[in-house]
Amino acid sequence: MAQDRASAVTWTRLPGACPIDHACVDVDQWRLIGAHCRETSGRLAALWGSDERVAGRGLLVHALLVSESGWSWISLDAGATQPWFPSLDALFPTAARLERALWDLLGIASDKRDKRPWIRQGAWGPADFPLRRDFTQTHAAATGDPYPFVVVRGSGVHEIGVGPIHAGTIEPGHFRFSVVGDEILRLETRFGYAHKGVEKRLEALPLKDGWRLAGRICGDSSAAYAGAYAMALEAMNGCEVPPRALWLRALLWERERIANHLGDLGALCQDGGLAFGHTQFGLLKEQWLMTHGRLFGHRYLMDTIIPGGVACDLDAAACEVLEAECATVLATSRRLQDIIDNHAGLQERFLGTGRLDMGDARSLGAVGLAARASGIALDLRARHPLPPYDHLQTRLALRTQGDVAARVAVRFDEIFESLRLIHEILAYLPQGPVRARCEDPGGRLGFGAVEGWRGEVLVAITRAPSGATHHVHIHDPSWQNWPLLERAVLGDLVPDFPLINKSFNLAYSGHDL
Amino acid sequence: MYKLIRQIFRTGIRHPPRRVLAETPAQGPTLAAALGRSLAVRHVDAGSCNGCELEIQALGNALYNLAALGVRLVASPRHADILLVTGPVSRAMADPLRAAYAAMPAPKRVLALGDCARGCGIYTANYATVGAVGDVIPVDGVIAGCPPSPEAIRAAFIALLGL
Repeated sequence: MAQDRASAVTWTRLPGACPIDHACVDVDQWRLIGAHCRETSGRLAALWGSDERVAGRGLLVHALLVSESGWSWISLDAGATQPWFPSLDALFPTAARLERALWDLLGIASDKRDKRPWIRQGAWGPADFPLRRDFTQTHAAATGDPYPFVVVRGSGVHEIGVGPIHAGTIEPGHFRFSVVGDEILRLETRFGYAHKGVEKRLEALPLKDGWRLAGRICGDSSAAYAGAYAMALEAMNGCEVPPRALWLRALLWERERIANHLGDLGALCQDGGLAFGHTQFGLLKEQWLMTHGRLFGHRYLMDTIIPGGVACDLDAAACEVLEAECATVLATSRRLQDIIDNHAGLQERFLGTGRLDMGDARSLGAVGLAARASGIALDLRARHPLPPYDHLQTRLALRTQGDVAARVAVRFDEIFESLRLIHEILAYLPQGPVRARCEDPGGRLGFGAVEGWRGEVLVAITRAPSGATHHVHIHDPSWQNWPLLERAVLGDLVPDFPLINKSFNLAYSGHDL
Repeated sequence: MYKLIRQIFRTGIRHPPRRVLAETPAQGPTLAAALGRSLAVRHVDAGSCNGCELEIQALGNALYNLAALGVRLVASPRHADILLVTGPVSRAMADPLRAAYAAMPAPKRVLALGDCARGCGIYTANYATVGAVGDVIPVDGVIAGCPPSPEAIRAAFIALLGL
């Protein structure tokens, strides 16, 4: 009977580059599809909501699921008054925080176990839901709601609170450590400090103009975010992106990946006590960014990927510059890897520190770089490749130890693989235009996914049939991976936290939106 | 160790590029008169996208070498002469920002770094943001850009120090 209900779901293949099936489901089907996904080793990629009451429906809850067979997107009408849906957090731990955020932003309730706010931070009232379309801002100032952290009791246990302003030059967030001496018994993170109302802002912008903001949500992943946004938009209006533009996008994504890995490897050396490494990788990254500025117009590749294609192009001379630079970075990175791998002091800090084993990583729903360092072979470029990755045959970087050393090793592997991909892209870059016309979309639903340097960056757009309203949801892989950090630090020392944290280097702004 | 030393010699000493700045230089009075020649800077991300943070971090690389100008980033506002603030100020960060400013010893100055900190940038004020940095604490100078390049930030410090 249950299977009958699940098989009665009508799936529709959405148009666009990224193959995905969509279905509107009822409460039973929502539960069954979630459970089936879990049983077949699938995972929850994202969960969010949209207010579609103006279109004569209620508040909708959407879930993105992914399994070996590909992407699926289910939408459940949670009702217009007292909206409710069955929680997925027993199936997918990732859902827990997403459901808390869903309550904060849209007031859609689930039978979730943790009732604390996640994004709200007392910045608006507990009965106000900013992503509802009838939300009007009335309050004066933030109230600074108390937030009950989970308390660890026992002899000698005390708490260390860090943030929202951190000692280093990083984004705002709060870490609450429960420790005995220097040993971490528990870490609880709290976010929402960088919440800027991105999704509300995107609702107010015409869809064709949202790309500029999409590229400024997470400064280190601008190309991935803008790329996923463009992909979702192009899916909605049937825009055919010219092949040359697709290849140039891949070039930009790979360059973004290398820039971040170089910077993080430098920071990891710094936190591990090897200033030499910080200096060396700092210089490599700086030269890489300068090339971005010179050839693509922006050091962090902002405004390079636009709906319909790209806003930059390469001539033969520029390709030669890029080739030569890749050769330099390859040679220098190999030398530095040799030095790091043989530096006893640094290895002593890296090996076994911040360990996350494969079982924990899998049950927590790990994605991206952190998953690959714990032996989970996830990489959209290799598992669900879109052009040009289907031609490029990306070799997935994989390590099983799950410690800081493994995440360092994965970063090196990915630098070398991305350099190889760039070489291939430059060799086989198709000729032709780099941009197609991409006007306001006609479709109802659009989806885009890009394997950014942290993991999969997802954009899902829903649009009312009349076209009068739309909602853009952006999902950063940090939603999945922040809980990994909480697990990885257990039993480690507080002074090792910066090192472990940097080995993940997760997003705050991309998470908080 | 031999390989490490060899790599240091291979790298040599780098100097920041000299070129005309595309961005607007910082506006504001020279700080050297009030604060002296050595500046301790505390950075606060009040809701930025992380772009400005990356450029502040880049100032510490061997090319821009901000420390050579006598400017260093410090871990606490209690040690700071200058508060370097990025981002449109989110509601959740307004109070921490005020607290950091209040914790600084006088004389103190505030620099708003980046288009968001300067005027809310692409984010514009909404339910989740209170506006630009100047809407929360007094601002003495701004450095424009999205994000401002390390050259522009370095040039702003040189101008402020009257070098």
